[in-house]
Amino acid sequence: MTKLAQWLWGLAILGSTWAALTTGALGLELPLSCQEVLWPLPAYLLVSAGCYALGTVGYRVATFHDCEDAARELQSQIQEARADLARRGLRF
Amino acid sequence: MASLEVSRSPLSSRRELEVRSTRQDKYSVLLPTYNERENLPLIVWLLVKSFSESGINYEIIIIDDGSPDGTKDVAEQLEKIYGSDRILLRPREKKLGLGTAYIHGMKHATGNYIIIMDADLSHHPKFVPEFIRKQKEGNFDIVSGTRYKGNGGVYGWDLKRKIIRLYRKEVLEKLIEKCVSKGYVFQMEMIVRARQLNYTIGEVPISFVDRVYGESKLGGNEIVSFLRGLLTLFATT
Repeated sequence: MTKLAQWLWGLAILGSTWAALTTGALGLELPLSCQEVLWPLPAYLLVSAGCYALGTVGYRVATFHDCEDAARELQSQIQEARADLARRGLRF
Repeated sequence: MASLEVSRSPLSSRRELEVRSTRQDKYSVLLPTYNERENLPLIVWLLVKSFSESGINYEIIIIDDGSPDGTKDVAEQLEKIYGSDRILLRPREKKLGLGTAYIHGMKHATGNYIIIMDADLSHHPKFVPEFIRKQKEGNFDIVSGTRYKGNGGVYGWDLKRKIIRLYRKEVLEKLIEKCVSKGYVFQMEMIVRARQLNYTIGEVPISFVDRVYGESKLGGNEIVSFLRGLLTLFATT
């Protein structure tokens, strides 16, 4: 089963459970506090997931390492390489 | 082929690597090229330097897809300088794609490990011995470079997906057989398939240096392509 299929299955199961519970289709008498939490739960989870994603990306971008040393090292090695190759007969 | 030279390199890692890798280990670097006339000599020089300093047995397979800028000429000169046992030229007539370039290159590879990297110096060959060390350390099937962990990082903002990896030859053969996507998405797909097949994957922090830093490379195009590739993989694997 593809990842997409797995996610669709999972969402279908959770979605139908939520729908059944909030519409009272199962005839269950949930306490009012539970119903108050259950009803906006999908929207709440969606917004939380979005915030988490943005936060993670922001954090990673902010803490991304900047490699100035590597750039300098590469430039000097390029000079060395060109000189050595020219000595060995390479025509650029 | 007893190696009694102790003065060549002060690093104990060299001897460590020689001791741990068996006499039979050989590493084939696949370098597909298209218009890399300027970069090719540099990357070959750096690869030769890294391998020689670590005493590693290697070969570099250059797969040029009919570059109009004369990359093939430069490749031929390099073959003369370093020898045709170290530099193997296996060119093709025209641009036929990355996946087929790897397949073509592997047919001629005599090593038991394959290293795939770009010929444009986005990754420094000095990391290759580290990949080899990491692979031995964890007996990994695949070792991939990451810019996000350890002391990996970037200099310059190039969003293009540059990938450098070491594979056991038979693992790469199996994965290429299983992959269906094209372009660089297929490199992403290889890791997905590898996990599905329970191959072990190690990571080495690497630095990516954009040589032409100063030119703006931030393109929305690249982001869109990446997301499309990701969604494709999501829906097909």
